[in-house]
Amino acid sequence: MKYAFFLGCVIPYRVLNYELSTRRVAQELGVELVDVDGFACCGFPMRSVDVKTTLLMAARNLCVAEEKGLDICTICPACTSVLTETNKELKENEELKEEVNGKLANLNKKFQGMVKVRHFVRVLYEDVGIEKIKDRVVKDLTSFQLASHYGCHYLKPSDVYDDFDNPENPKSLDRLIEATGAQIVEYEDKKGCCGNVILGVNEDISLAMAKQKLDHISLSRPDALVLLCPACGLQLDNFQRRIEADFGASYKLPVLYYPQLLGLALGGEPEELGLDMNRVKVDELLKKLQ
Amino acid sequence: MAQLWINCTKTDENRDIIMVSELNPDFKYEVSEYPGGENIRLCFACGTCSAGCPVREIDERYNPRKIIRMVLLGMRDRVLSSEFIWFCSTCYTCRERCPQGVRLIDVMTALKNIAVKEGYIHPLYKEQIKLLDKSGAIYEVDNRRRERSGLPFIQVRSEDTSQILKLTGLSNIVASEEGHEG
Repeated sequence: MKYAFFLGCVIPYRVLNYELSTRRVAQELGVELVDVDGFACCGFPMRSVDVKTTLLMAARNLCVAEEKGLDICTICPACTSVLTETNKELKENEELKEEVNGKLANLNKKFQGMVKVRHFVRVLYEDVGIEKIKDRVVKDLTSFQLASHYGCHYLKPSDVYDDFDNPENPKSLDRLIEATGAQIVEYEDKKGCCGNVILGVNEDISLAMAKQKLDHISLSRPDALVLLCPACGLQLDNFQRRIEADFGASYKLPVLYYPQLLGLALGGEPEELGLDMNRVKVDELLKKLQ
Repeated sequence: MAQLWINCTKTDENRDIIMVSELNPDFKYEVSEYPGGENIRLCFACGTCSAGCPVREIDERYNPRKIIRMVLLGMRDRVLSSEFIWFCSTCYTCRERCPQGVRLIDVMTALKNIAVKEGYIHPLYKEQIKLLDKSGAIYEVDNRRRERSGLPFIQVRSEDTSQILKLTGLSNIVASEEGHEG
């Protein structure tokens, strides 16, 4: 299991806890994540401005992985969706591929369609597998009551993801959480969007969406929320205090990236999993470990 | 030079009467030419998109069914100059559920792309173009902080991204603006 590790823009800049825990967990489970020289922005941010630009940026990143002969493993669902969608379009549309390759020739790149793109959590689900993960768990997390949040781009558009999970009733993250021994707590509108994508466009709408999400989750009183997207993480963890202040609410809901949770179950120390960088303190949750 | 998009919205939102003389029947074909925009004319206005839209739930101004109607009617200027076309959170719920296979996110993308060509780019994206041009990413990595956290050094390649922005003409959007400011 060897992949080109595609970090994207936001994770290596300000979501270091997600990156640290992913690297730690991957190493522990024998998933080799190779740092490849040459990746740049996936193209997602430019889609609103010009789809052709996004297509070229995504295609170029796919070419970089092809040159290394490695499938791509991402941890940002926005990167995952743009790279997966572009990969599929170019593999299926010969005319479009010719057009894109004509442009990419200026960069000495040529798309051939030789690699796959998958999110790390999907790799854990499909390649490592629930049973192997269960076998490797050394810490008892059965006292953890956790809510899961899939976000949007990890599952959708489902047709580009070979329907590996059902967007209307997703299971992969829940099964992976349960593999650590933890219990799943259900809540209203579990599939609801956190709103982060439009934070820069309209802060009021964006934060109101996040508030609604936090309201729904809090009603079920989980010990923590577990997710797999840096944008959702920023919105629900980093902005949680701001939302509490703006709306006069109180959540104090710890938010963990799935690899942080899995890392704990595999016996990792909180600091090497970046848990000290989580904005909402996770101390109460960690007390349950002892 | 186009007017500021936000001012146009205010004027247009207050105007309720649709003037036939102001409609552009070719607008739907223009949108159809964008990838994923092909199916817009299949919409039978069932409202599944609006019913499941998390943005619509918070703010009535963003109403997917209404936006599609406006496009089909040919309300080109009013749609393109509106603020609401930038509100889509790209959650894909509408695309998953549309019984007619209208790819609403792609339609919204097409509308934003056409709006940009008409000079109505949202200020956020101008900043992002500048950052991408300069550093190949929309955030600049702080390698010293990464090192302190025990994470490897990262070198993002900006040359190719910069070249792509030139090839597609996006660097001109920022360049012409900087010219105006100067």
